Amino acid sequence: MLKDITLGQYFPIDSVLHRLDPRFKIIFTMLFIIMLFAGNSVWTLVLSAVFVLMAQFLSKIPLKMSWRSIRPLLPVLVFTAILNLLLIDSGEVVWEWQFLHIYEGGITTSIFMIARIVLLMVGSSLLTYTTSPILLTDAIEALLSPLKRIRFPVHEMAMMMSIALRFIPTLLEETDKIISAQKARGAALDSGGIRERVRALLPILVPLFVSAFRRAEELATAMECRCYRGGEGRTRLRQLKAGVGDHIGLGVCLVFLGASICVNFLKL
Amino acid sequence: MEHMIEAKHITFRYPVDEGQPAGETVLKDISLHIEKGSFVAVLGHNGSGKSTFAKHINAILVPEEGKMFVEGIDTSDESRLFDIRQKAGMVFQDPDNQIVATVVEEDVAFAPENLGVPPAEIRSRVDNALRTVNMYDYRSHAPSQLSGGQKQRVAIAGVIAMQPDLIVLDEPTAMLDPQGREEVLEAIRRLNREKGITVVLITHYMEEAALADRVVVMDSGVVVLDDTPHKVFAQVEKMRSLGLDVPQVTELVYELRKEGFSLPAEIISETECLDALAALLEIKPI
Repeated sequence: MLKDITLGQYFPIDSVLHRLDPRFKIIFTMLFIIMLFAGNSVWTLVLSAVFVLMAQFLSKIPLKMSWRSIRPLLPVLVFTAILNLLLIDSGEVVWEWQFLHIYEGGITTSIFMIARIVLLMVGSSLLTYTTSPILLTDAIEALLSPLKRIRFPVHEMAMMMSIALRFIPTLLEETDKIISAQKARGAALDSGGIRERVRALLPILVPLFVSAFRRAEELATAMECRCYRGGEGRTRLRQLKAGVGDHIGLGVCLVFLGASICVNFLKL
Repeated sequence: MEHMIEAKHITFRYPVDEGQPAGETVLKDISLHIEKGSFVAVLGHNGSGKSTFAKHINAILVPEEGKMFVEGIDTSDESRLFDIRQKAGMVFQDPDNQIVATVVEEDVAFAPENLGVPPAEIRSRVDNALRTVNMYDYRSHAPSQLSGGQKQRVAIAGVIAMQPDLIVLDEPTAMLDPQGREEVLEAIRRLNREKGITVVLITHYMEEAALADRVVVMDSGVVVLDDTPHKVFAQVEKMRSLGLDVPQVTELVYELRKEGFSLPAEIISETECLDALAALLEIKPI
């Protein structure tokens, strides 16, 4: 039952975007976010939209998948759009009814906001769709490595992330077992009011935590047995290597970012 | 022959918090040699100290009194800790709690990565280790997609990738189904025979111990029997008094001998038993 939850959002197919260096993909995503929020003109949005569509095409990710990343946000989008419509009072009044007034400024702000959030979601989920969680962790470790100088525990953080990813399926399976065991003893998990249901979770959480701690301890011993001693002097099986494609991609990103800043500066 | 492991009068008690009464002595004055290339099974029921002994081999625990040497290195020498752990690999009971990475080959690479092996060599070590345990085809699977026996074989590959001279397996089949158990035992036997790796198998399955070329029986922290499996299991009464069974065929022969049939006592495998019974039946006219 709980096993159906997909791990991360990785969509394993082969595409130009999948093959790019994950470090560059993270940088591209960051540049894209800057571009999206750099300016307030329509051109910024158009440029960002072109950029996202291009990436979408290169990634071969079906549009349905991208829709899935927006769908959960829809209620929030609608809610904030309505608030913006009603509360912003700049420009001409377009429509009024009793105490409700809608101004021109409200309409444009709402449209801008929706467009931005949709582009942001679609663009950034392309990163997680095209990069496996392990590669993503490796890339984050590599990108944050300068922080080691100020003694920020970069390697430890990356190791924690990958162990967490590794244990999600194991702990889910265990949760399933505990739920079945408690149900077999007559625990009523799906009935009663909110209060009863929350209380019924306790006999599931306690054994789950106890077992997670036991696993952590055993894993630590096993890691020590395999000579783990932190990030120092450690080599990696998989080396991240930037290729021609990554540099072309970086160039394209910078051109788009530059254009976006320019149109904003020229107040087109 | 050179000793792989040399235990000299080791005594150990688990440390307790201050003010608490001192814990029970888990290992009492154990002296033992294990030769290079041998396959030794350590038998004993729960609480006999067999797992504690295993943890002394790769310096997870250090003896309170006495000395433990692994290939001549004193395990209490902290500066050689990682040398010892590289030479003496350890596999535990629950494969789920030993696998670190989200992909099989990444996990096998974990130990060589820690040892700072260059990437190209890591690749060849990983491939070799996975082939040795017949898991090469699963190299890009997630551990959660594998069966228990497959996971345990990945854990063994993860240890082999360190290129150890010795592997200590602490009840590696206790959580597996019969098929998984067979796969893992097959892999262990192959390591010992083909790669010449010394194997110390901690177990409470008599059938597994019968595969070794030497059986050490522990009880309440002392070594009570130490001989070939044939000689150890022939002492059926002694084994029973220690709360241990003997392989089913040994028990069968034991019961038959009590009834007066002339059968050899030292029988531990089904083929040996069959041969002995066939020989016996041929003599007796039916």
